Amino acid sequence: MLIELSTLDLSLAAILVLLLGLLSWRMSLGITAQLYIAALRTTVQLLLIGLVLKTLFENTHIVFIIIIATVMLSVAGWEILSRQQRKLKLWWGLGISTGSLFVSSFLITLLCLTTVINAEPWYHPQYAIPLLGMLLGNTMTGIALGMDRLVQTAWQQRPAIEQRLMLGQTADNAISDIRREAMRAGMIPIINSMAAAGLVSLPGLMTGQILAGAAPVEAVKYQILIMFMISSGTGLGVISVLWLISKRIFDERERLCFKRLLKIEKNLSEEIRKQK
Amino acid sequence: MQLKANEWRKKVALLSAETHWWFDSVGEHFKALSSENLQLLDLPEDISTWAVTRLSSGEKQRLGLLRLLENMPDVLLLDEPTANLDKQNVNLFEKFVDNYLLANSACAIWVSHDAEQLKRVSALQYEIISGGLVSHVN
Repeated sequence: MLIELSTLDLSLAAILVLLLGLLSWRMSLGITAQLYIAALRTTVQLLLIGLVLKTLFENTHIVFIIIIATVMLSVAGWEILSRQQRKLKLWWGLGISTGSLFVSSFLITLLCLTTVINAEPWYHPQYAIPLLGMLLGNTMTGIALGMDRLVQTAWQQRPAIEQRLMLGQTADNAISDIRREAMRAGMIPIINSMAAAGLVSLPGLMTGQILAGAAPVEAVKYQILIMFMISSGTGLGVISVLWLISKRIFDERERLCFKRLLKIEKNLSEEIRKQK
Repeated sequence: MQLKANEWRKKVALLSAETHWWFDSVGEHFKALSSENLQLLDLPEDISTWAVTRLSSGEKQRLGLLRLLENMPDVLLLDEPTANLDKQNVNLFEKFVDNYLLANSACAIWVSHDAEQLKRVSALQYEIISGGLVSHVN
């Protein structure tokens, strides 16, 4: 059965983090503040969600689940935007990130809950929230990477894109090579995970189950399920975000126009402001 | 008549002052590079195997023209197209454009700072003075 952890157990682990922070401070490595803040955030956020889930398990109502799911989706969408090197316009950025997350994570989770898991009710928080969380967490990474790569590369290579447009290529064609690169970038994490699973790492889901006393073969089946869900979810999410961005950065006359998506500072040169 | 943007750009083709290349080799940018065309512009036979990084600005300009003309446009918009060429290549370039226009009943708008050149290559000349267009008699 699940071995319970006391506050003392957690404190012992926390001391490791504390020591790392001290080491960084002594060696002037500058990561102490970030580390302590992140550790604090982790602790507080996880304790909170633990309480929330406890309450939710006792009052299973679909409205609560929808609220929690919406909060999770919004935060994930926001985090995606925070990772972007080139800042996007707020509403377009949020729309694109949460849209892609919704289309990928939500749909796949719904599919899984209703056809594979088949709990009673199908939206039971014991399955819905953790599955959605895993899916959102992973697709969020893929989407953030794909998006960042596409926008950065397209921005740096805008002369080449313009040249291809000038040669009569469609907007879609002109950006196709860059898009392919971005797709590859977005999929690296999950493909890495799948390649390493079982040989290099024992992924979190099955680790948790085995620690709680589940039979390894059963735990492994759940892990395989989740891996497939995450890879297809990430793939779908990255495809969506790349498609949405590719559509948005060209205007109705198929001209390259970053101003439609990116925040362009006013003190940048004329050349960039001319991209109307 | 409604045209898609990219189809318009195939018919009305812009050759910018600076050309850009995105594949590693020259040949990948072309459907086909005929040795006849290469000779007419004094470009080496094997240039399609060259890395783009090896090209001089003059070679890029001449190749840029060939690349643009693969679409057989009806109108050429040429923005300082011979700025990087030496005198001999300027002549070859002008002749090439002239032949193309005649052979394909096409026309061109040529932008240049070289008034002599414009008198050679064009039937009508205009100058932009204080934001207005002033016509010159040939």
